Amino acid sequence: MRSIFNTPALAVAAAVALSGGAFAEGHALSGDLKIFSDMSNPAPRAVMEGMVDRFGAMHPDLNIELTVIDREAYKTQIRNFLTANAPDVANWYAANRMGPYVDAGLFEDVSDLWAEEEIASNLASTKGAMTLDGKQWGVPYTYYQWGVYYRKDLFDQYGLSEPTTWAEEKANCQTLLDNGVKCYTIGTKFLWTAGGWFDYLNMRTNGYDFHAALTNGEAEWTDDRVRAVFANWRELLDMGAFIDNHTAYSWQESLPFMTQGQAASILMGNFAVAPLRDAGLDDDKLDFYQFVEIVPGIARAEDAPTDTFHIPAKAANKDAARAFLRFVVSADNQTLINSGENLGQLPVNAGSSVDDDKFLKEGFAMLSSNSPGGVAQFFDRDAPAEMAKVAMEGFQEFMVRPDNLDAILKRLETARKRIY
Amino acid sequence: MTSAPDAPPPHRSWYKRNEIAVTPWLFLVPGVAMFLVYVIFPIFQSFNISMQEWDGLGAPEYVGLRNYRELWDDPAFYTSLRNNLLWLLLYLLAIPAGLFIALFLNQTVTGIRLYKSLFFFPFVISQVVVGLVFTWFYDPTFGLLNTILGWVGLGPVNVLGDPTYVTYGIIAAGLWPQTAYCMILYLTGLNAVDPEQVEAARLDGARGWKMLWYVIIPQLKPATFIAFVVTIIGALRSFDLISIMTNGGPFGESRVLSFYMFEVALSEYGFRMGYGAAIAVVLFLIMLCFIAYFLWSMYKEQKAR
Repeated sequence: MRSIFNTPALAVAAAVALSGGAFAEGHALSGDLKIFSDMSNPAPRAVMEGMVDRFGAMHPDLNIELTVIDREAYKTQIRNFLTANAPDVANWYAANRMGPYVDAGLFEDVSDLWAEEEIASNLASTKGAMTLDGKQWGVPYTYYQWGVYYRKDLFDQYGLSEPTTWAEEKANCQTLLDNGVKCYTIGTKFLWTAGGWFDYLNMRTNGYDFHAALTNGEAEWTDDRVRAVFANWRELLDMGAFIDNHTAYSWQESLPFMTQGQAASILMGNFAVAPLRDAGLDDDKLDFYQFVEIVPGIARAEDAPTDTFHIPAKAANKDAARAFLRFVVSADNQTLINSGENLGQLPVNAGSSVDDDKFLKEGFAMLSSNSPGGVAQFFDRDAPAEMAKVAMEGFQEFMVRPDNLDAILKRLETARKRIY
Repeated sequence: MTSAPDAPPPHRSWYKRNEIAVTPWLFLVPGVAMFLVYVIFPIFQSFNISMQEWDGLGAPEYVGLRNYRELWDDPAFYTSLRNNLLWLLLYLLAIPAGLFIALFLNQTVTGIRLYKSLFFFPFVISQVVVGLVFTWFYDPTFGLLNTILGWVGLGPVNVLGDPTYVTYGIIAAGLWPQTAYCMILYLTGLNAVDPEQVEAARLDGARGWKMLWYVIIPQLKPATFIAFVVTIIGALRSFDLISIMTNGGPFGESRVLSFYMFEVALSEYGFRMGYGAAIAVVLFLIMLCFIAYFLWSMYKEQKAR
């Protein structure tokens, strides 16, 4: 599941085509630039390859070597290559997920980039997510909203409309179930999808501050507020709202239930839109709504994970790497790579424009004006990796065996005491 | 090498004088050095790391037996241990299964070589492929297993997603290539069965099961021993199938010790080298029982000769 996209031939072709007229960034970059990327799904992969092509055309003397690694496998390989065989640029995630590598001194401090006028003024909104110990350790290249993606045609068929409250959500679900359609598809084989459900139920039941306290280890898992979250979740489980056998599927494998009309919606990040469109759901059939209110009066907060680029501390060509990071976050590139045809996500640069795409516009409006409670990264990025693993396993177990809740919470509390 | 009788002794170098004694050791040096560096040394290193708290990147901290203490209270450890025992027991089914397929194929019919190769085929393909094939076979919505169960009116079984079936499902997948391996061992063993003894037994009226039990199987003892060894080792190494088919899930119910060790120490969410090493030490002690038994029985065999 791993391939090497080698670009010397392209670089040479570009050099001939542009005949040396493309030294836009002052001095010429040369040598090798090794990039390791986890953008292995088809659409992100094409974006990554496109960026390398365009950057290579700007710097014809630079030999760029791109290695795309399977997204799940990348998460384990990064530890090895950061210590042993460091590339010049590597993908990763924002917030606490950077923690272990920052603490171990494996990521380069790029605060100097963030001090540059171009970046300081345009990327201010994501600066917090990239900051640990008062320094910045990388740059973001995209972020995306989470929410409920649903089959509009099925909703129309059964006379349903977008819900805004928990009661409406459950009523909609009951109607769907009565008609033999499951409310939600989900694939929990890799656990994190269940983390998304927990995040939203938690942020709607207890609010953003409790999410932050819980993922920082300041709140107990046996707390009544946590139990309230699971009680709400249990209402859906008792209705049979989720597809059966979700433990056997990855999120990709859970999508066909929605495209075939056996399930009506999915709680997922905006990256699910591309494969759903490829499977034949056009904008008349697919729509989006913000996760409903559960406890009235709690300020709505959203998950909006940020994906990032970093320079390993052991990189060989840091000049070229910094130039690549500048190129990635530049307004034009951000507009291009986040457009509906490419990543289909939100640009991090305030100077870029959000593509004229239904879901992107809705998501952008939601995050900028309808998320007063705050923006979270995601359960497994806000919590330390170990805690996230134990907790998400607990969520999966709860979805299959809700009666085990007491044992699960006790286990999570033991883990919390050990980890923090 | 004999030296000339009249050569003066002082001229012979130390090496020349001790050549017979030293040479075998010289030949052994590369192998022994490799073995020490890559097998013996890491064992002690693991013992050492299991006494530490270390994330693999920063500075390790000595914590004594705390990792073992924690292992003692860890429910996931007991799940893995139980699954390891299940693997050890059920994997042994590959030995009788392999024997019967070998007996069945041990005949001269046109094209028997082709049939033998087909039966051996699952052992040749990679474990990863075996895992994928069985994942699709078990798939709860479109898998072959549930289609067949549907014909006889049985409901869909989510083998790999159900905590009660998942380990059995993976063991069944593992038995497929392992049976083929045992079969090939027995096929070669059957070639060495003495036809005169079979003839004599037949004259004495031995047939069927009696012939198999008292005449054939005793002669297959070397093959059985090897099949036993490789099957036990295979069961303890059962990592790739679990990783491919379930990733240890659902909620860790299909983990074995080796997979749990990997998850704790080397996977996406785990950086606890010390705890992982403690699991490795436990796994090593379990393996040591079998290794000691194998060494002992080989030693006995050699002495008997």
